[in-house]
Amino acid sequence: MSIAIGCALEPAIPFAFAHEVIRQRKRDLALVGPISDILFDQLIGAGCVARVEAAWVGNVSAGLGHCYRRALEQGIPRRIEVRDHSNFSIAQALLAGAIGAQYIATKTLLGSDIARANPTFKEQASPFDGSKELLVPAITPDLAVVACQVSDPDGSAQLNGPWGVTYEAALAAKAVIVLAENVTAQPVIRHTPNRPIVPATKVTAVVHEPGACHPSPLAGMYQRDHAFFQEYHAESRTHDGFESWIAGWVTGVPDRAAYLRKLGARWQRLDARESFEPMDR
Amino acid sequence: MSDVSAGELMVAQAAREIRDGETVFVGMRLPLIAFVVAKRTHAPNAIGLFELGIVRDEPAPELLYTMGDNPNVDGALWCGSMLAVMGMLQRGEVHAGFIGGAEIDRHGNLNTTAIGTDRQHPTVALPGSGGGADIACLAQRLIVIMPHDKRRLREKVDFITSPGFGTGGDWRRRAGIARGGPAVLITTLGVFRFVNGEAVLASHHPTSSVDEIRAKTGWALRVADDVRTTEMPAPDVLRLIRGYDPQGFWTRRGE
Repeated sequence: MSIAIGCALEPAIPFAFAHEVIRQRKRDLALVGPISDILFDQLIGAGCVARVEAAWVGNVSAGLGHCYRRALEQGIPRRIEVRDHSNFSIAQALLAGAIGAQYIATKTLLGSDIARANPTFKEQASPFDGSKELLVPAITPDLAVVACQVSDPDGSAQLNGPWGVTYEAALAAKAVIVLAENVTAQPVIRHTPNRPIVPATKVTAVVHEPGACHPSPLAGMYQRDHAFFQEYHAESRTHDGFESWIAGWVTGVPDRAAYLRKLGARWQRLDARESFEPMDR
Repeated sequence: MSDVSAGELMVAQAAREIRDGETVFVGMRLPLIAFVVAKRTHAPNAIGLFELGIVRDEPAPELLYTMGDNPNVDGALWCGSMLAVMGMLQRGEVHAGFIGGAEIDRHGNLNTTAIGTDRQHPTVALPGSGGGADIACLAQRLIVIMPHDKRRLREKVDFITSPGFGTGGDWRRRAGIARGGPAVLITTLGVFRFVNGEAVLASHHPTSSVDEIRAKTGWALRVADDVRTTEMPAPDVLRLIRGYDPQGFWTRRGE
């Protein structure tokens, strides 16, 4: 099963979804996304992943992804296949998927070894002027998982902040799961129908999951927990360290609410809402 | 000013590479701070593009750990999809882009994908391109920033993630690359300019020397006739850098 997740890049990453995938011991997933910060590293380290189609896998503010390294270099916990992309090429692959095109012709990656390392790409002479171009074939993930500030129960989901490739990925996917900080049936959602990410008809499930993106930020809701990324980097340096991190933060908690309780005061300090009301968590 | 860190020197030099009124693809880490310095000094009309879909005419008011941090979203000129900013890049509307790398060769080809010859079974799996390869292919000019080390400045890189001048000459044109190429390589020891597709040492930092750079460079070093000492950051620039990164999270990393 292929899953596009973390499509806004560094913010709004649905970590709550990835952690539930790890708890349910899903296997042989193909991950699709430009840069999902440490989410891809965690799913790889937990043995859930067979293939990665991405532009970047690591820890954005701390450095290399230790689990990604172990998987590629030593086959721990298992071998994975990598299909290299750049941010632009994966965005175009998802755009092709979104509009039902077989491929998009682009000028990026010409001269890069990525164009040869990814066996799905083809180079051709443009039928218009003969210039070289790279053909990036469509990616149509089985599932796109997006996190947002607010959705109605039908899946009219509004994401404030940068979208990255969220729009293209959600349209390209066969199904979309929305993780919403707030779920509301208020008419305001229908009064601004240009704002939902995709038509709710694309959305198969809406999950009310406050704090779903921690430690990544969600605009207007909570800040990025920078130290959390540094701590993960230090603890995941060895496979044993990673397993104990997972035992503490993923398999050792039943759900996201328990995870947030475990964060405790640290979670309160990340509150970025302009309201001074206590958060409803 | 011996207490100026290599990171601070590199930020100050990177800021000088941004010209007023330019549209710049701002990378991660040190370039984030270089953009702030340029905006607050000689390039107040520069525009910053961030690949996740952010356009800023004012730098974020506080230190960014990633380009997706809330302070980079709030007050942005525009915020939306990656394809919009990548589209500007492919249309040739971006003057300069920043990029770093694990390895570079004398023609400015960068590797951020893998050390070792088998991509699927590398000796070291690096994170990958991100938007680096796109910037290297499509920006009007490329500004490269990286630590100086013999293992990093190599005669030949294991994998060309972000193409520089290939094997030199008209390689980029033959490869079908629309424009651009590396203009400058800023390292922890010195500054190289690209002349006919090849890196030429233009200056060494005050803490280094041509001899040290030769010893720590993996290719036969070419040195400019007028090689000089890299200009130190002006006091106001240093104040800006330290005010923005008071803990030295990016500018004193590993020191």
